Amino acid sequence: MSMRLNGAQILWECLVREGVEVVFGITGGSIMPVYHELPNYPVRHVTVRHEQAAAHAADGYARATGRVGVCMATSGPGATNLVTGLATAQMDSSPVVAITGQVASTVLGTDFFQEVDTTGITMPIVKHSYLITDVRQLATAVKEAFYLANSGRPGVVLLDITRDVQLAETEFDYPSSVNLPGYKPHLHGNVRQIRQAAEMINQAKQPVIIAGRGVIIARAEDELLALVEKAQIPVVTTLLGKSAIPETHPLCLGMGGMHGEAYANHAMQSADLIVGIGTRFDDRLTSTASTFAPAAKIIHIDVDPAEIGKRVRVDLPIVGDALNVLRQLVPLVQPATHPEWLARIEEWRADTRKRDILWRNTTELVPQYVVRQIWEATRGQAIMVSDVGQNQMWEAQYYLHQRRRGLITSGGLGTMGFALPAAMGVAIGCPDALVWVVAGDGGFQMTVQELATVVQEKLPIKISILNNGYLGMVRQWQEFFFKRNYSGTPILGPDFAKLAEAYGIPGITVKEKSQVVEAIQRALAIEGPVLIDFQIEREHNVFPMVPVGQPIDKMIRRPLES
Amino acid sequence: MSVAPNSGNYSRRTLIALMEDKPGVLGRVVNLFRRRNYNIESLSVGHSETPGISRMTVVVYGNDAVIEQVAKQLYKIVNVTKVSDISTEAAVFRELALLKVHATSATRAEIKQLADIFRARIIDVYPESMILEITGTEDKVDSLINMLRPFGIKELARTGRVAMVRGAGGVGGSGGSH
Repeated sequence: MSMRLNGAQILWECLVREGVEVVFGITGGSIMPVYHELPNYPVRHVTVRHEQAAAHAADGYARATGRVGVCMATSGPGATNLVTGLATAQMDSSPVVAITGQVASTVLGTDFFQEVDTTGITMPIVKHSYLITDVRQLATAVKEAFYLANSGRPGVVLLDITRDVQLAETEFDYPSSVNLPGYKPHLHGNVRQIRQAAEMINQAKQPVIIAGRGVIIARAEDELLALVEKAQIPVVTTLLGKSAIPETHPLCLGMGGMHGEAYANHAMQSADLIVGIGTRFDDRLTSTASTFAPAAKIIHIDVDPAEIGKRVRVDLPIVGDALNVLRQLVPLVQPATHPEWLARIEEWRADTRKRDILWRNTTELVPQYVVRQIWEATRGQAIMVSDVGQNQMWEAQYYLHQRRRGLITSGGLGTMGFALPAAMGVAIGCPDALVWVVAGDGGFQMTVQELATVVQEKLPIKISILNNGYLGMVRQWQEFFFKRNYSGTPILGPDFAKLAEAYGIPGITVKEKSQVVEAIQRALAIEGPVLIDFQIEREHNVFPMVPVGQPIDKMIRRPLES
Repeated sequence: MSVAPNSGNYSRRTLIALMEDKPGVLGRVVNLFRRRNYNIESLSVGHSETPGISRMTVVVYGNDAVIEQVAKQLYKIVNVTKVSDISTEAAVFRELALLKVHATSATRAEIKQLADIFRARIIDVYPESMILEITGTEDKVDSLINMLRPFGIKELARTGRVAMVRGAGGVGGSGGSH
């Protein structure tokens, strides 16, 4: 049954039909007709304080729920402010639909007030985009946008809608299917290749699985665990693969790569078989590709054929959705034990344990201790939203995720300022979860304005700042590779607790190790949002650390206590 | 099968891509080449045998791994419906060029003789110049250009390579018959 509606109404009708419960955005001239209709539809709108936050919040929502996140902005500066957030989401295969207003089609291309070439600017950072200049194209474009965003390898789809389209009327019929002749995701792996993979796994003496975000996107955690336990294969995860397997599992080696655990890196470098599942073998994981896993045959399972052979040599590619492929693969794999291999890994792990700073008798307020205490207090069940830099690596090393989709972080783009706005999306998408931000003082100040949104929307986010007064990761690199020339890295911050109070959020300052546990307990006891400013050791480093260009087992290790 | 980046010899390769004839599609393709740092030697686009579908011939300089990446990345563009690497197939390659050559009564006959040798057509004659049209492989076009250079080439327009696989099969996957 069709109705006569204007473009703005059609957009909301489509969003409701796609099950959209929340939109993050900021209104403005070229999107006003859409906002005018908003109160008539059962969709929650979160007005953020900067459009970048709208994109991050939609991204956080999408990562935490697996559903499409939606953000909205006006033309010109509204659209350009979205760009960082869209690039962040696209790089990490997060399903986001971005809706931007555009100047009227009659003045398009005339450098009109607040006109910018939004589809042009975003072209390299989206999966697909539409510039809609005819209201009759709108419903089909929205239908396709949602389908594209969350099928195959998920990504960002942008809908740029001219202002006249928002006001023009047409008969509304929501299409029931899409017609995209050039888009056919390969979801089912080749049976012969899957059989061959099983054979390679059955013959391997020193296998390692590398689990990436593709496992989480495909919701293949059960199947991964089944494979791991049946064939007793140790698992290294990528940063974005964390929480694909419970991290206290004895076969979980945690994150590998540039700041990965030494035993994870040694395992990959000594493996005779690597099974990469839903990972793009990113440079932070492998370092220089030619030095990666020199003794291993590589099986690469990925839904995106363009990732196969892009960075590392692949002996057996399987293009398909991780869930489908693993379901077919697990029954073909024979039970195995690999006792010698696992014993060797345990030796490496024991060596790491000896070096752990948490065993040291120190009164220093070190970030590892802070993260570990948050882990203890939340029993590994929180959804952690980390920012970028040292804080992100300490979180990755010391918070052992037990909850699925328990870590939300910007991996590929490494976007500082991601954590707080992304956490808003997480909190709305997962209202029953405990959401905990870990950020540095640098990244936190990049999107700090969203504290107002957190309060306005009553989002019970626990915010912990690992505050060292530096852009710490860069300072660490300067210490090792730039002669301690701390150029541009020392930064002044406000009194974060007072700042939080100014927004109406309880603020806690922690300066001593002895205050950490109590502060975390206080934060958990408070129902709403809380901010804790952990004033940590200023020049503390993230170890292990693989210098750029070195193989991943040539690490600067955590020092042994002397 | 083994896929390894950064291996194999570099050569000129020919890809055929079919894509929906929609606004912005060519922009997406060109943007992809730029952003991924592919070395494109020529690119030509026009209508195909199917209404609504454009056909692009692109000549890329690369090794097996590069060409495979170009093809896969092209195919990821939602509006691209088919990508074929026809470099190793029996195919015809053609390019068309228009040349405006400086020509006087003294040199006109010699230029006409060269045109005949290359089966180029003279399509415009003025007292001081003439326009030649040549169709052939890039090598043939290059040769004619070299021969005409001493006379003074005032303008040159080349289309870039278009290509088609020989025989009944085609890149459309339907056998090519209608």
